[in-house]
Amino acid sequence: MVDIAPTSDALLMAKPAPRTQNLGQIIRWLLLFIGGVIMIMPIAYMISTSLKWPHEVYNVNLIPEEPTIDNYIFVLEDGRFYWWFVNSIIIATITTICNLLFDSLVGYTLCKFRFPGRTIVFIAILSTLMIPTEMLVIPWYLMSQSFGWLDSYWGIMFPGLMTAFGTFLMKQFFESVPDDFIEAARIDGLNELQIWWTVAMPLVKPALAALAIFVFLGNWTAFLWPLIVTNSVDMYTIPVGLSGFGDEADVAWELIMTGAAISTIPTLVVFLIFQRFIIRGVVMAGLKG
Amino acid sequence: MANLALRKLAKSYGSIEVLHGISLDVADGEFVVFVGPSGCGKSTTLRMIAGLEETSSGIIEIGGREVNNLEPKERDIAMVFQNYAIYPHMSVKKNIAFGLRSSKMPKVDKEKRIQEVAGILDMVDLLDRKPDQLSGGQRQRVAIGRAMVRNPAVFLFDEPLSNLDAQLRTQMRLEIKKLHQRVGNTIIFVTHDQVEAMTMADRIVIMKDGHIQQVGTPAEVFHKPANTFVARFIGAPSMNLLAGQIDGTTVSLDAGQQLTVPTLVQTQSGGVLLGVRPDDLHPNSANPILAGTVTLREPLGPETLIYVETPSGEIIAKADGRMPPAVGETVQLGADPENLHVFDAASGQALT
Repeated sequence: MVDIAPTSDALLMAKPAPRTQNLGQIIRWLLLFIGGVIMIMPIAYMISTSLKWPHEVYNVNLIPEEPTIDNYIFVLEDGRFYWWFVNSIIIATITTICNLLFDSLVGYTLCKFRFPGRTIVFIAILSTLMIPTEMLVIPWYLMSQSFGWLDSYWGIMFPGLMTAFGTFLMKQFFESVPDDFIEAARIDGLNELQIWWTVAMPLVKPALAALAIFVFLGNWTAFLWPLIVTNSVDMYTIPVGLSGFGDEADVAWELIMTGAAISTIPTLVVFLIFQRFIIRGVVMAGLKG
Repeated sequence: MANLALRKLAKSYGSIEVLHGISLDVADGEFVVFVGPSGCGKSTTLRMIAGLEETSSGIIEIGGREVNNLEPKERDIAMVFQNYAIYPHMSVKKNIAFGLRSSKMPKVDKEKRIQEVAGILDMVDLLDRKPDQLSGGQRQRVAIGRAMVRNPAVFLFDEPLSNLDAQLRTQMRLEIKKLHQRVGNTIIFVTHDQVEAMTMADRIVIMKDGHIQQVGTPAEVFHKPANTFVARFIGAPSMNLLAGQIDGTTVSLDAGQQLTVPTLVQTQSGGVLLGVRPDDLHPNSANPILAGTVTLREPLGPETLIYVETPSGEIIAKADGRMPPAVGETVQLGADPENLHVFDAASGQALT
């Protein structure tokens, strides 16, 4: 037998990973684990509470002693919750669709057309991001009142039908659509609206998906404005309605948590539908053109 | 199919004039190549013909009809872009069919036309693929297919081969030329590559700084360049230019040599530039012009380019590939007097 001395390269390859590298890996995983626990705990506690009897609500145990689905039956049989759910679905869906259309139309126009005052319009839209909602609710309320929109879907939805954030996001994404595509479509006989819809929109699907998720979640969880603009219980959205569960003496946390647990289902569905576009967008961005 | 005419076409961006009133007539079915360095105005001209840029002044006529105020879709043109501009979210078939969207053609005829175009471009098997499943050459063929499907009066090509590798570029060059022979449409092709211009064009339009320098067949612009810019831009390596003085048909080079040149278009005396292409300049020729020392050799196979240091500066010549002179060797370079070009030193205009 002949012994062959390993080359320095082979030695380097055979060398076990340095201990510091392993330690780094452990710390990384540990931090991720802690982060995961912090994220999941409120959700776990929400579900846990929704399965508890009222007397057990203030116990911090995660696993209920006597799990019950009575809260779910109560909430689902409660006519009010049904309406709040429908209201939230209608409002969040219409607002999301409107944002996808209007934000992308304005973003596309600001990105692909040259016209006097374009920069000023863009800055004006962006500057509205700096005004807190709390400051805006008073003018919104006065507008709603003068237009007769109080306690209506229109009143709840109108401030959010188009957002500066969405416009900015879409404008930035349209920057990545080559002008050649648009010019080619112009030569092929499409009008500007057809170009936007047929050529530009399919190319920014990841941005549309992200925007859809943001807007839907934002409207689904919106509390302050729906609380102010609605008066009748039938017009409440889920967050507004849930906050009123209980009576003057006590807050029915188990019912609030049950309603909250049910109300997360549509948001999960929206996320699951649109997340694949976001992931595909990220993957596509990494590919060589 | 249609002819195309540009009448004193000009373009300005604010106070900056980028196109200075150019005029050109393109015959029906002609393949015309606009060539020139970056910023010469060739792409701007093409985009103005397409209707993607507004004209500052002048007239564009397609098929005898003024199109200045018409939308791109009303001009009966199709354009192939440098970056293909084929839509990534559509299949090859949908991309090709896109050009027919606004057509009132019956669906059956549309389908027939798509198949016909796919057949011409050898893409029948690729119709269901998405652009990201195609090679660069195939993508370019899709872009050409989308332009072809409408059978436009004029095809406009904006540097369509510049994103392809050298081998594919040669292949696509050939395919576009064959396609033109087959369909016979008027083509305006923009490129900065003089080889593309020379190999494909019926006529070449050479541009610089927003002016047309010369319009002519590839042979004309190569053998009879209108000025020193054309002389140096067309042909690789560039034409050698040697400074001298002319008297009648005798040129005295500043370096001392005297030689006789062909009859001048206009008799002149004074400063001139004597032009001679490396292809026409050989060592140990029967008609020596000047001597120098070989400083570098570039073997090309059958021939070798030699860089010769002469009293008139560095000159490039062509030597036999089998027995090129050695570096450091002194050579006498000569050329047939018929292949000499004379340009006015001040204006750069050709005198021969």
